[in-house]
Amino acid sequence: MKVDRDTLHKIAHLARIKVNPAQEEAYINNLSEILDWVEKLNEVDTDGVEPLTHMTMETNMWREDETKEHLSHEKGLALAPKKDSDYFRVPKVK
Amino acid sequence: MKAYTALAEIQKGLAKGEVTVVQLVRHYLDQIEQKKDLNAFVHVFEQEALERAQEVDQRIAKGNAGKLAGMVLGIKDVLCYKDHPVQAASKILSGFESQFTATAIQRLIDEDVIIIGSLNCDEFAMGSTNEHSTYGPAKNADFPDCVPGGSSGGSAVAVQAGLCLASLGTDTGGSVRQPAAFCDVIGLKPTYSRISRYGLIAYASSFDTIGIFTKNIEDNALLLEIMAGKDDFDSTASQQPVPKYSQHTQWEGKARVAYLKETIEHEGLSPAIRAEMEQVLNRLREEGHHVEPVSFPLLDYVLPTYYILTTAEASSNLSRFDGVRYGYRAEAQNLDQMYTQTRSEGFGEEVIRRILLGTFVLSASYYDAYYTKAQKLRRLIQDSTREIFKQYDFILLPTTPTTAFELGKKLQSPIEMYLADLYTVQASVAGIPSISIPVGKDEQGKSIGLQVMADFFQEQKIFAFANELISLQKTHVNTL
Repeated sequence: MKVDRDTLHKIAHLARIKVNPAQEEAYINNLSEILDWVEKLNEVDTDGVEPLTHMTMETNMWREDETKEHLSHEKGLALAPKKDSDYFRVPKVK
Repeated sequence: MKAYTALAEIQKGLAKGEVTVVQLVRHYLDQIEQKKDLNAFVHVFEQEALERAQEVDQRIAKGNAGKLAGMVLGIKDVLCYKDHPVQAASKILSGFESQFTATAIQRLIDEDVIIIGSLNCDEFAMGSTNEHSTYGPAKNADFPDCVPGGSSGGSAVAVQAGLCLASLGTDTGGSVRQPAAFCDVIGLKPTYSRISRYGLIAYASSFDTIGIFTKNIEDNALLLEIMAGKDDFDSTASQQPVPKYSQHTQWEGKARVAYLKETIEHEGLSPAIRAEMEQVLNRLREEGHHVEPVSFPLLDYVLPTYYILTTAEASSNLSRFDGVRYGYRAEAQNLDQMYTQTRSEGFGEEVIRRILLGTFVLSASYYDAYYTKAQKLRRLIQDSTREIFKQYDFILLPTTPTTAFELGKKLQSPIEMYLADLYTVQASVAGIPSISIPVGKDEQGKSIGLQVMADFFQEQKIFAFANELISLQKTHVNTL
């Protein structure tokens, strides 16, 4: 499948990635080429095949619902690029 | 100091007083310094390793040292070790220090391992050459113009060049086995869920496993034995009891071995590797093992399945890197711009490519055509792989289509780069264990790796049979 400019920018926006005009063509070519390649899967008849959605054989691992402190408030904030005493700080939403 | 290549030898030396753990650590620190150009280590924990070594020496003197006393280990830069830097070779995690220790690493520390530093890799473990790293590429110690493979390139080089005794990597589609083959060392990818993933920075969660690089099977088996097992912090980790892998590493009897016709006949396979593979199969037949070709018509679908599923999972996993709570943040006027700017500046090109592809295959209009289709293929690949194990103990196949290639050679074409994982992804898509062992050299002297795959949780058998193959090779070389 050939990815067009609109699709590229729509996907990039969903992923919160900015694609510069200078990179557009390379990404369009790369992605189209990769999609053509993975479309090879259409050669295989998968009618009636149940999708494999979980790899672990473990199911319903129950445990007691106990309160434990794994990360203190202070440590949680320790690596923040910007913070105050209680919260992460971010730029204005709009 | 004598150059040790096995923990058993080291522990003998320690017991006899021939060497101390402090001396061992000094030796490795010295080697790391001398071979800095390989760019294998990204952080060296020098002071701390020496202090730990002193403590272990004291415990050895008192007779209460752990099973790994004398083992000096390097860890891939995607594994969390409390209060130590870890950034998945990405700018987006600049300045990040882990606030907890991965379960697997903690279990090793509890047995007196010494962690000497962290190792170079491809950004977020995405790549097959270790060239997509914010630290620059790591280099193959035997052929410094060549790549060490990836993504765990630094981990493979560190063991290859004797910068530590063993190392940990991670394997999502071949990231331990492929560099092991390029660097002439042993690399194990255990069964999915055998080792807890707690503290492993996620790439594709239904594929990711911690893997082990060593120079011999016994060390590999011991490290797996200690790391494996259930974990309160990872509900996907298997509850199955962990065998004493290290106690039974010798093969007995005759094995039923399958090889996949499609892998040998593949046009991308280099003639030297095909010839080596055929020799190994012949030698096994001479030894009386039962060796047969089987057909695996799905081979060409394994890589596309892998790329759809892993990019989808990656796009979801990597959404957490938004510049809010840790790591790199770009300045911007509003929140949405801050996210976008941070991610665009913080991620490298290959990571962005995979996030975009993953976002595409998960987007509403294409989800069924790509993502669900690939999940169906995954079931077919897993079923038909396991079907083979109803009749055979092992599947043998090459680890890589070619030996190590020059730096920069495959950077231009993503698909050509992806094909380097042609033979390793089957075990990852199916979730089964696989080991790569060095079996020979090509005409330029570059190492060739061969994989032994078995059914779920059959690591014990894999270790023993890999040992059998290694000793067969040695006997053969000695009689030449």
